[in-house]
This record gives sequence, C-alpha cells and structure tokens, in this order.
Amino acid sequence: MVGICSYGGYVPRYRLNRGLIYKAMGWINPANIANAKGEKAVANFDEDSITMAVAAGIDALTGVERSDVEGVYFASTTMPYKERLNAGIITAALGLDDHIRAADFSGGIKAGTTALLSAMEGVESKRTNDILVCSSDSRLGKPASPPELIFGDGAAALLVGSEDVIAQFKGAYSTTHDFVDHFRGEFTKFDRQWEDRWIRDLGFDQLVPEAVNGLLDKYQLKISDFAKVVYPCHYSAARRKLNKVLGISPEAEQGNLQTEMGETGTPHALVMLVSALEEAKPGEKILVVSFGSGCDALYFEVTENIKNLKERNGISGYLARKAELDNYTKYLVWRDILPGDTGLRGEEDLWTRWSALWRGRKMVLGLWGGKCKKCGTAQLPPQRICVNPDCGAVDEMEEYRFSDKIAHIASYTGDMLAASLNPPAVYGAVNFEGGGKYYFDFTDCDLESLATGMSVSMSFRRKYYDPKRDIVGYFWKAVPTEEVK
Amino acid sequence: MAEGIKDKVAIIGMGCTRFGERWESSAEDLMVEAFVECLEDAGIEKKEIQAAYLGSHFDEVNIGKAALPLSMTLKLPFIPVTRTENFCATATEAFRAACYSVAAGVYDIVLALGVEKLKDTGYGGLPAGAARGVSAMMVGANMTPPGMFAQLATAYGAKWDISMDKIKDAIAHVSAKSHANGALNPKAHLRKVISEEQIKAAPMIAYPLGLFDCCGVSDGAACAIISTPEIAESLKKNQDIVKVKALQISDSSGEEAMYSNWDGSHFVTTRKAATKAYEEAGIKNPREEVNMMEVHDCFSITEMVTMEDLHISPKGGSYDDIMDGFYDLDGQVPCQVDGGLKCYGHPIGASGLRMIYAMYEQILDRVPEERKVKNARVGLTHNLGGTPWMNVGAISIIGKD
Repeated sequence: MVGICSYGGYVPRYRLNRGLIYKAMGWINPANIANAKGEKAVANFDEDSITMAVAAGIDALTGVERSDVEGVYFASTTMPYKERLNAGIITAALGLDDHIRAADFSGGIKAGTTALLSAMEGVESKRTNDILVCSSDSRLGKPASPPELIFGDGAAALLVGSEDVIAQFKGAYSTTHDFVDHFRGEFTKFDRQWEDRWIRDLGFDQLVPEAVNGLLDKYQLKISDFAKVVYPCHYSAARRKLNKVLGISPEAEQGNLQTEMGETGTPHALVMLVSALEEAKPGEKILVVSFGSGCDALYFEVTENIKNLKERNGISGYLARKAELDNYTKYLVWRDILPGDTGLRGEEDLWTRWSALWRGRKMVLGLWGGKCKKCGTAQLPPQRICVNPDCGAVDEMEEYRFSDKIAHIASYTGDMLAASLNPPAVYGAVNFEGGGKYYFDFTDCDLESLATGMSVSMSFRRKYYDPKRDIVGYFWKAVPTEEVK
Repeated sequence: MAEGIKDKVAIIGMGCTRFGERWESSAEDLMVEAFVECLEDAGIEKKEIQAAYLGSHFDEVNIGKAALPLSMTLKLPFIPVTRTENFCATATEAFRAACYSVAAGVYDIVLALGVEKLKDTGYGGLPAGAARGVSAMMVGANMTPPGMFAQLATAYGAKWDISMDKIKDAIAHVSAKSHANGALNPKAHLRKVISEEQIKAAPMIAYPLGLFDCCGVSDGAACAIISTPEIAESLKKNQDIVKVKALQISDSSGEEAMYSNWDGSHFVTTRKAATKAYEEAGIKNPREEVNMMEVHDCFSITEMVTMEDLHISPKGGSYDDIMDGFYDLDGQVPCQVDGGLKCYGHPIGASGLRMIYAMYEQILDRVPEERKVKNARVGLTHNLGGTPWMNVGAISIIGKD
C-alpha cells in the first residue's frame, strides 16, 4: 500500500488583521473592502519559504526515524534561491542523510500536488520510499492590491511511503493549461493577476470540474463517495457555485482557511489536506484538487493507522498559536517592500564564505554537535577535544543532533543596539535537556514574556541577508514554548 | 621554581591622554600625547628605550595590524616592537610583556603603549565586525556587548533569587559612583554627575541595562615605561617607587560556553586570576589589603558581579557592599577612582594601561585632594576581555613598599 504516512503543518505566529491593511491602503482601492475580512498569516522577519517548509517537515517527522527518509521534494513559487537547491537546504536542516534525492518543484501553484504525485509514483515504482514532500510559499501582493489581502503564508509537509500508511493513495487525474490567472516574471517581486471575473468564470468554474470529473470518470466514482473534498479557491461565491455544480455537501467541503490564514499558494491544497487529515476517520475517502496552471486531482482513502499517529502541531495547532501583528508598516519592512533603516551598524558587510559553510554545514544547517563517547558529554559546537575538564578525550565524538532537543533559558536580554528588523533583538543562553548549552537568538516571542527556566524548542530561521550578493544565511533560533517550570 | 613577578620590575613613567570622542585626534596624535607625558615622567631619553609593545584591538577601524604604527609614529630607532591583542585585556598584555622582558633580564627599559581610535565607525557602541573570524557570523545570535553582559543580570538574579528591582538599585549606585568620580577628573570622557534616579529612568539599551549602565566608547592612549627597581631608584632618588606586585591572566577553556557547570552569573576567569594574583602578591585578605581598584566596568552589572569574583565581596553579597558605599571614593576600597571605563572611557586597546595609570597617580599622590584615595599603597586593576562565557580575565596589582 502506498500513501501518506505522516503529515505536518506550519502557520507563522504572526497574523495581520486585513482591516489594518485596508485602513492603511483602502484609500487607493476602496473596492478591496470585499477582501478585507479576517486575518492573514505573516511570516516573521526571519522566516521564508525554506524555514516554513523545515518547520512543517519537522512536524511531519514527529515519531518518524529520520534516517528512513529517502527523498525530499520541495514545492514553492517563492524559493529563496534560483540556483542552489532549496530542497538541499531543507534536507540538511532536517538532519537527513546526504545520500538521498532532493528536488525543487515550482512554476505554478499546483506544484505542491505535483510534488506529492511524483512522490507517490516514486514509491509505487518501489525504487524509493519515504519521501518527504514539503511545500510553502510567502507570496507578495503589491500594497493595496487584492492579492496583498488574499494571500497568507504557511506550509505543509507529507511523508509518502509504503508502511504505516494513514491515507492510501488511490489515484489521480491531472490537467495542464497555460491559464494565466496569476504570474510573476523572473525579476518580479509582486504577484500579478488578471480580472477576477475571468479567473472565476473560466478558471475555477470550468477547470476544477474538468479535473474532478476526469478523476470520477477514471475511477468510476461519485462525488458523494468522498467524505471530504479539498480544493483551494478563495472566491466564496465561486466556491458556493462549485459546491452546487459538483454536488459537494456542506459537510464534505473542506474549509479553505481564508479567514484564518489566507491563500498560501503552492502549499494551499496540502495545507487544507493536512487540516482534513487532522479530523479524518478510517475508511473515509478524501479528494484533493489543486488549481494553478492546470489542476491535479488526487484521491485518498484513510486507513486505521491514522489512529496511531503521534500527536503533533498540525495546521490547527499552529493556527491556535498566534500573535497579532498590530503594525502594517512592520509587515512592509519585513517583506522589504518598505526599506527600513537599521542604522550603519546594520550595513556592515556580511558575506558568506561558501567553503567555510561547507566545512561547518552540519552545525550551521543541521545544528549537529558532538557527544563524547568516553564521558557522554553533549557539546555544541562540535569539538575535537571534549569540553568536560575531567575528560578531555581527543577525537572521541559522535554526531549529536541538538535541533530536536528541548532546552531551558539560563539568561536572556532584549538588545536595542543590535541591528534588527524586530527590535529589541532578544537572545540568551539555553541549557539543553541531555546536556549542552548555547547562545541563541530567541524568536516568535516577546521580551516581557521571558523568564529563566522557561523551555524553548529549536527553529530553523533566516539569520542574515546579504543584499550585496543576494545571499540568505540560515541558522537555528530558540522559540519559547511554555511557562517557567 | 617560578617565583612570579612581585617586586621584580618598577614603573618609571606613565602617560595617559584625555579620553573621549577625540574627533580632532588620530591614533597617531593620541600615541604621541600619551608618550610625551610618559617620557617626561620617566626622566629618560627616547633612545634609552630598548624594546616596546603596542596594544590595539579593533585593527579594522583603528591603526591596522602590526606594531609599525608605534615605531613609526614615535620614531623608535630600529628597536624590537611587538603588537599585543587580547580583547579588552590588550593593554594589560602589552604591560605584561614589557614587565616580563625586563624581569627576564633581556632589557632594562621597555615601553608599553595601548591606543584605540574607535570614533571612526559612524555609529554608537563598539564596531560590529568579524571579531571571531569569518565563520562566526554563520552561527550564534545577533549580539552586541550590552546584550552579552546584560545576561549576567538575569542569570545573577536567578542564581541568588534577587529581584531585578534590587539589581537595578545596586547597578544604578555603581554607575552613579563612577559618574561622581569621573566628574572630578579633567581627563575623563563623561564628566557629569548623574543621579541614581536618572540612571534608572534612562532608555533601555539591553534589558535590564539602560544607557547609563554602559561605559563610554572613547578614543585614547595610555603608556608606561618599565625598568628594574635598581634603575628606578637611581632615576627617582628619594621618591616613592611603584613596583609590580602581580600580573595574572586567565583565559576561558570553553567550559563556560559549552559545559553545563557554569550558570552565567559570574566570571570564572576573574575568580581564578584573582586567586593567583593575591598569591603572587602575597595578599592574604584582599578586602583588607587592597586599598583601591580599577575594575572592568564595561557595564554596571559587570562591576557588580566582579566585586564578588575578586573575592572582595562575599558571593551573592555585592549588593550590600555597593549600597553601603564600600566602593565609593570615601569607602573602604574605592573603586573606579578616576571614573572607570564607565566615565573615564573605554578605548579598548588603551584601557588596561589607563587603569594602571589611575592606580599609579594615586600611589604617587599626584591627584588633587577631592579625588584622593586615603592610604593608597596597593592598587588592583582588572580587565575582562570578551563575553561572560568566553573571555580573558586579567589582573595587575601594583604598589609601593
């Protein structure tokens, strides 16, 4: 049996009330009031498609032996690198084996389901197994444009394999159309779209039924066979019409999370699928349809194994973990739409020495340290000579992953002198459960809420951006997870 | 068997510039200014100097690398000149090297000079840069010195269960005392008397440190000429001779940064260097036998915990001593008598020698009555270079017999 073995989600902590955007920009396009309901999930200043994909990947690997993973497929239209394998960065961050296949899927926002399909077919071929499909996007709409309000940031991840399958892959039907509802050229920052009425009437109204009916015909199914139908479409009127035309009952319609987080783009069909799986019961059939330069329709049947899945955050967990971003200009600065000045200190040259990164990649990207085979002391960064003064063994280290360990705050501060796009720069020392300590930036938190002893988990984030050479540097930060023990 | 440095060398001359935002002065100007004062004090001619050591830290914005800026600026005639650098202990390292070369009997008269020109960066605070090499920027946190040292406060509060309000009271007193001392010193960078209330109300730099918890970022130079006690006595007939009693440095081993046996609330290196320094100087009870100190008050909280690490205040008990005025100018062990890093200023590569200069002028009774330390015979200086978890702790003790 081939199918989904595990799922994970990620929604960034910050939510921007669309009313706030409309209040700032509605003067230029009053009709945008129609899109100004609810919240959009907004990546923190240190997040991007790669970091969100890693977060969703970590969620999906809950209870999974990481050495089992044989492939990483990353789908996004907002990849930080055009040349440098983005899925390779994700692979290293997840601490997966080097001897696996990783690939980037992009171009249209149905790339998420296409990556999933490719993984399914790869596992079906029996030439590979346990492929982690990660998808995320952080698309930008121009200030005052409908996309600015409609889009949200987020990620989903699905582990595709042949053992302990929770949702069996039963079939698929794909279409490809150069239907340009949205597009971005190579050097374009903002998403552009054609007229809404055309997107609704020719796009969703015709292309979604074409894929759905294609699949139903192919597998001799009725729409009523499906407990859940997942299809991203943020136009509420178009959704009502499609539900009616296709015969999707209100119970079977999977919510599109437009009010809670927004249209996330490439990952959105998968984000909705993860939401559906969070509620799914054995025996239920799920139909997933993506939309963007054509459609992929995928058909799953949930198995008994779903009951054994270990607890994880999922989309619902991350949706519940939220903080209001009560400042629209902060969002504009974080996305580099509004150039914010962090002072001359922030202009010091930060250029990446690739040969040094290559040597240090295990620590930088994967947060691997060492554990002394003689005395058992865990240490970060990895050392040649054991740091335990009573040991001092030379070259007796084994690799030890810190990224999945819980730590506790030993000291902290909020620094107004450090150049930061989210001042004060909050950081401090943490002691890992199981040994080892390190000084990390803290993120997704407020200085006022911190205390010594509080537990933190590790999160892969953007550490710096070198504007001169267009290089994003990544490292790990600490995210406070609970109150003082 | 090694015997240590005690009484093996003497300081025959010192010089120190006014510290501050010396927009008008280059590093070369500062070196000349300190050197002219020093040479006159020593009463020797330049050609009698047989070797020299130059301390400077931020070579990127300061004078660049190597010791040539010193030999070429002072026109030292083809003698050996070496540059030392060890974070904030840089000048102390130049002083130490000079002392050791005289004590070793290799030279009779040696110059140590520290200089730092910081105010050419265009922004406040210390220069951001690759202080730990090009790979360091890829890992770690986006830290600046105030935030590195501010964490002492949260860790110290957690260790001794002392409220942040109480810590703020103590460190406000620390800074107020240094401002009071600095106000009396014409060479100090910051010369305003500031009240504890003003200090506590200042804008936050790195929680819980406000503006007045941070030392001045200054330009300046300081220097000393070292010789043998015999030469000193021949040059300074019927005058007090200031001799070196102890020189100790302790460098972090990686334990504080990476091993879980350190809680972040104190300086391991300072404790170790202090113990060794007292032993070298023959000091049994530092609280009674040290008459005055210049400690590394880069931030007020650093001074607070250092008082314990120097074994003067009991562990966890510096609050009482600070609030009792034990370290005030009229207290039992006056500290930062010239204003300290806080107000005299902190040109990194010059600070260690500036501290020794402050002790030297007190021991030789060269300061006006209003800032004089009573019974100033033995003075201790302390540098802490680096971060609380990875640093160089340096201690010098000088005194007259």
